[in-house]
Amino acid sequence: MIPVSWYLILSAVLFVLGVAGFLIKRNVITVFMSIELMLNAVNLSFVAFGYMLGDYNAHIFVFFVMVVAAAEAAVGLAIIMLMYHNRKSLNVDDIELLKF
Amino acid sequence: MSPFQDFLVASLIKIALVLFVLLTALAYIVWIERKIAGRIQNRWGPTQTGPHGLLQPLADVIKFIFKEDPTPAQAELPTYFIAPLIALVLGLLSITVIPFGGIVTVAGHSTYLQISDLNVGILFILGVTSLGVYGIALAGWSSGSKYALLGGLRSSAQMISYELSLSFSVVGPLLVAGSLSLRDIVNAQSGYWFRVIPHWNCFPQAIAFITYLISAFAETNRVPFDLPECEGELVAGFHTEYSSMKFAMFFTAEYANMVTASCLATLLFMGGWLSPINSQYSRFVPVVVFFALALVLARFWLTRRRLIEKIVLPVFMGVCVLLGLLFLWPAFYTPAEGVFWFLAKVGFFLFLYIWVRWTLPRFRYDTLMEFGWKRLLPISIANLLITGFIVAWRAS
Amino acid sequence: MDAVLFFLFAGIALAGAINLIRESHPIYSALSLVAVMGALAGLYLMLGAEFIAVVQIIVYAGAIMVLFVFVLMLVNAAPEVKLDRSKMAKNVGPPLLTLLLVEIVAVLRGKYPTSDLVHPSLLSGDNTRQIGKLLFSKFLLPFEVTSILILVAIMGAVVLGKRRPDDSR
Repeated sequence: MIPVSWYLILSAVLFVLGVAGFLIKRNVITVFMSIELMLNAVNLSFVAFGYMLGDYNAHIFVFFVMVVAAAEAAVGLAIIMLMYHNRKSLNVDDIELLKF
Repeated sequence: MSPFQDFLVASLIKIALVLFVLLTALAYIVWIERKIAGRIQNRWGPTQTGPHGLLQPLADVIKFIFKEDPTPAQAELPTYFIAPLIALVLGLLSITVIPFGGIVTVAGHSTYLQISDLNVGILFILGVTSLGVYGIALAGWSSGSKYALLGGLRSSAQMISYELSLSFSVVGPLLVAGSLSLRDIVNAQSGYWFRVIPHWNCFPQAIAFITYLISAFAETNRVPFDLPECEGELVAGFHTEYSSMKFAMFFTAEYANMVTASCLATLLFMGGWLSPINSQYSRFVPVVVFFALALVLARFWLTRRRLIEKIVLPVFMGVCVLLGLLFLWPAFYTPAEGVFWFLAKVGFFLFLYIWVRWTLPRFRYDTLMEFGWKRLLPISIANLLITGFIVAWRAS
Repeated sequence: MDAVLFFLFAGIALAGAINLIRESHPIYSALSLVAVMGALAGLYLMLGAEFIAVVQIIVYAGAIMVLFVFVLMLVNAAPEVKLDRSKMAKNVGPPLLTLLLVEIVAVLRGKYPTSDLVHPSLLSGDNTRQIGKLLFSKFLLPFEVTSILILVAIMGAVVLGKRRPDDSR
């Protein structure tokens, strides 16, 4: 049997990779994908905990995370499309109107 | 043997068998399609390769293998090669959870006529279908051609849109059966109303049945929804830049998807392997069918003059008579009768696909989207709502 | 057998996540994320969550990521250009990330030292049925709220995506 902590460590590594992608990547869509990666990592630890405790509430949590991620993707991608139409660029460094 | 080895051996045998039968059947569905297309358009279809053009699929395969396979200079390389593989694998994958019949017992081992009975079988099929977009979208994108890109874009939009109504119309039968396992869904359809009409979902769930069929046509990119190919405007859509075996993979995937959609329609709405006739004599139907087929072949044999037909037709006649006799043998007909009915129903749906393809014109792109979102989706949601109310009312 | 499967899926997930960062073309990043999601679905199956595994494939890989790929194809995204404006991110970032990773792993190791507290019996049976029952009894209110959230998201996407007649695009 695999110890549950392995799943949790895998989830931690994936989460950190997601954070790294979020900080490193310059394409706004890839940044968005890094957020999805972080959400997925958290989902993995939810499912692992649910398995450890024999609890279905964890599955429900994952379900809600997925729903929120879907809603987020719909609105986020619409915003990105608008941004592309206005700026003709997907680079986050080009979107600096609100930055000092 | 340990249970695990038992399972492994049984699964491998089933996979090999299903794959062999499926791929052969796919080749001959193409032959049947060309024959039917010919008849609908008042011509003969393939006649030259072999008797009645029966060797045409073989000739096609040989042509596909030996054709030159140019790679466009603009292509994104790894993706360009992987895209047809994705399409083919996903096309063949969903057949794994399709049950073909009841339990069969071979040499003391009893097993289901199904590669794997997942308890989330129907969701598995929906998942694989939803991944099918990648093959087409990536092919369109990686070809580096505007026609292919437009075809890929259209297909992703179309498949995302119609997947919704497909899923919603699948949920109706699920609610009625109260299970996600395809085997349970079929078993929930056993029985007859007034001892005549079979207890199939296509009667109480008629709206879901129709919306399922329409969305399945759109999901498999067949006429009248073949916008991704659309040879009138986009040359050949997403597979414009593909030829040789890579094109053959897309072609096989399309027909495999057709077979899966037909199997699913059979299982969800037409009672799967259950017999439509409420009588103990229903097992004689296959016998009569095969003997009638043998008689038709005998008539052909008497009238045809070509030497090859004089040789080949008696062989087919013999096979038909043998199958008819086998269905009189109790050890054979108990499992095989279910398979017979299942294949007959799947054949009906495949015929429907071909019939529609050579009868209806193509949708325009905006009407296609409007139809999917403004007509099909509300209808399927309304049907789901009503079904849910009735199921809840019955349960209380 | 279990260990082999775990390392297979974990390897795919890690390789996909690293490739997501390494790849400069967004479409390849998206594809590696799809691979990560597929591998995670496999891990969910091993953790006895077959419903979540299939929903992961349908919703994440089949809907959300298809949307990403669709948008990437629509805007015809080119490989990204690195402008290297922030020196700080380059110098301080990797050590901080390593620190974060070490911290999380240390806490996990401390709290759950290789023990296996699994109660498989509690998760056996009809996964989907149990989740459905919980969703429509204990979590009914959150469920309804998410449905409103989805509705709002749809309307937001439609409003954002709608072209205004006075736009000069």
